[in-house]
Amino acid sequence: MEQLLYKRTDYIQEDKVSGFCPGCMHSTAMKVIGESLEELGLVDKSVSVLGIGCCGLHMDYMAADTTTAPHGRACAVATGIKRVSPDSLVYTYQGDGDLASIGLAETMSAANRGENFTVIFINNGIYGMTGGQMAPTTLVGMKATTAPNGRNPEEHGYPMHVCETLDKLTAPHFLVRTSLNTPGNVLKTKKYIKQAFQYQMEGKGFSMIEIMTSCPTNWGLNSIKALDYLEDSMIKEFPLGVVRDLG
Amino acid sequence: MARTFMKGSEAVAEAAVRAGCRFFAGYPITPQNEVPEYFARRLPEVDGVFVQGESEVASINMVYGAASAGVRSMTSSSSPGVSLKSEGISYCAAARIPMVYCNFQRGGPGVGAIQPAQQDYLQATKASGNGGFEMMVLAPSTVQEAVDLTYKAFDLADRDRNPVLLLADGVIATVMEPVELPEMKSDEEVQKIRDSKYSWACVGHKLDYANRSWIQPGQWDTVKMQKENEIAEELYKSWEKDVMVEEYEVDDAEIVIASYGISARIAKSAVEILRKEGIKVGLIRPITVHPFPYKSFENLDYSRVKTILDVEMSIPAQMIQDVELGVKGRCPIETCLVSGGNIISREAIIDKVRALVGKEA
Amino acid sequence: METNLCVAGFGGQGVMTLGKFLASATCDSTDKNVTFFPSYGAEQRGGTANCFVVISDDMIGAPLGDVMDDLIVMNGASLHKFLPTVKEGGRLFINSSIVDEKEIDRKDIQVVSAPVTELALEMGNAKVLNVIMLGVYIGYTEVIDPEIVWNTVEHKLSKKPKLLPLNKQAFEKGLEIGRSFR
Repeated sequence: MEQLLYKRTDYIQEDKVSGFCPGCMHSTAMKVIGESLEELGLVDKSVSVLGIGCCGLHMDYMAADTTTAPHGRACAVATGIKRVSPDSLVYTYQGDGDLASIGLAETMSAANRGENFTVIFINNGIYGMTGGQMAPTTLVGMKATTAPNGRNPEEHGYPMHVCETLDKLTAPHFLVRTSLNTPGNVLKTKKYIKQAFQYQMEGKGFSMIEIMTSCPTNWGLNSIKALDYLEDSMIKEFPLGVVRDLG
Repeated sequence: MARTFMKGSEAVAEAAVRAGCRFFAGYPITPQNEVPEYFARRLPEVDGVFVQGESEVASINMVYGAASAGVRSMTSSSSPGVSLKSEGISYCAAARIPMVYCNFQRGGPGVGAIQPAQQDYLQATKASGNGGFEMMVLAPSTVQEAVDLTYKAFDLADRDRNPVLLLADGVIATVMEPVELPEMKSDEEVQKIRDSKYSWACVGHKLDYANRSWIQPGQWDTVKMQKENEIAEELYKSWEKDVMVEEYEVDDAEIVIASYGISARIAKSAVEILRKEGIKVGLIRPITVHPFPYKSFENLDYSRVKTILDVEMSIPAQMIQDVELGVKGRCPIETCLVSGGNIISREAIIDKVRALVGKEA
Repeated sequence: METNLCVAGFGGQGVMTLGKFLASATCDSTDKNVTFFPSYGAEQRGGTANCFVVISDDMIGAPLGDVMDDLIVMNGASLHKFLPTVKEGGRLFINSSIVDEKEIDRKDIQVVSAPVTELALEMGNAKVLNVIMLGVYIGYTEVIDPEIVWNTVEHKLSKKPKLLPLNKQAFEKGLEIGRSFR
């Protein structure tokens, strides 16, 4: 007797083959988002706003409504969409360069206004698509093509902690840092994303899920070693957990 | 129809609301602060949304978002702020998102002067962002015309799925004069307009890769990207039919003034005075500065027309480049210019024309 | 027939309001064309304020002319700045409380002077000086019917009915002075 144990989410178009690098977690992140939307029955209401960089690659894979924002402007574009379509489920999907460097003003301001959408923040500490340049979240000592000797605090400052920074604002409703480095964390991430989407449908305001991921290609590590680096270095600097949950 | 005494910036905002605009995002900048202020009061009355963006950059992208969701949307700024919006404008053009924005020009470059100018002509008509896209650019010379063109701009934007720019200036923003306001579109009409965009608008469609809404400000595939550019070019070429121009006292004119917007209005009154002196002078006033009315200049009888006088509030002159393309070297082009926030003087235009006539005599 | 008016003074003297009352009245109650153009600067408070009103039977070209038919000055600095713009045979209205008539170095213009700052203080509210001056201007020029102008003032102040009697008194006083110079 046949029993269905696992099915690929319909949110991702079935004939599409992932073009992400081996060991990249973008496909896992989108799988988790798709499953969350499906389980909540929100797929047909969803509108995603993709950032520029590897995040934008999803546009061709997903089967639901999607837009691409100019670099860093996803939170502004999402503000426009959500304000005129309050019944849509709107989320942005942005990397660390997009969200925390060029788009910091848009991110902070949307959070400060308490905009009722969800930000999915993929933090791997480096610029991916452009080829390994230093990001606001690059670790101290971590090498980047624009910091060939590694991040030097005297010159570059320190890694930016976005969840904790947004936690200084009054309006945000739900701020979480999670990861996709273990099966357990993948499940936790899905739980958080579902929670954030639920909060949004209840009109509770701004939520952000920061997901710590790896970038084996630009870290110069194989997939296994990249997982170790994620666990031993990245997550040490950016501890996982719920930063704020107003319930 | 009843006349209302209104400030240009507020009249433009009211015209937009009456045209069905239900989303505005903007950032303060003189001399157009009354635009966001008016929308902030007015939009909630019609179930619309006003957002004060954290910057011009954010504001145009909010408009990109709201317009992507099918709502008639608008932003407004003045010269330095419009430069900041160029990123989002280019994205709207690439993704073929209909929206309307205004530039109430002030002196430049840089922070320039907060007083009126016409120093963004080339930016507005040739390159309002990266990538070589084009937009219809409407240039009102009175508050009434600003109202009428704003109302029309939303129809043009929707017709073409393309941004439309209202190129005004600090005088139009701050001057008050009587206007007749256009008809207010009913809630049903506004909803109908939004519904008509359902097929492409990002509003949450049933899961279906082929029929989803996919707002694409670019393409991974260069062949597709070129195709998009070719389709856009076809649209741009089709605007020939949309050219709007005022030709005033041109039929027997020996001197033809070329001028747009506020300076054309002042030039027109100079023509009236000069005509009373028996001087054969006329005016060609582009109302669409893009598409530009080249034909008006091409069709002049150059055995009669001795001089074209280009009148602009910009030094160096900018529109003169388009005028030259129409005149094709068949007669000299003189200029009468101010810049940096100074308003062109009617007397200066009159003196210049008199001098030109004197030269000939 | 086109009349170009410049109103100039300190910020806070109600210069813009004076111009706006006149322009609104023209729009509301006549077929004439009219423009009100405020000159604007970077300062929110203080400094000088001036505006231009053009009233015409025909299309209006420049909302601010180079040559003024009429000039209202509420302070000395404005006199020096704008007096040269008044055309030959033009009309000058001065707030003689603070503008020194001896400083008018032109003989080719008509001068109407009214101590509007003092008169306003006598009426118990310094703020109505602009309404007195509006009355002076209308009383002398009759550019539009005084009743139309008063109706507009009344309408604009409809949310502050307590201020109406004082403003009426101010306007009437101005009209009286203006007419006395005819």
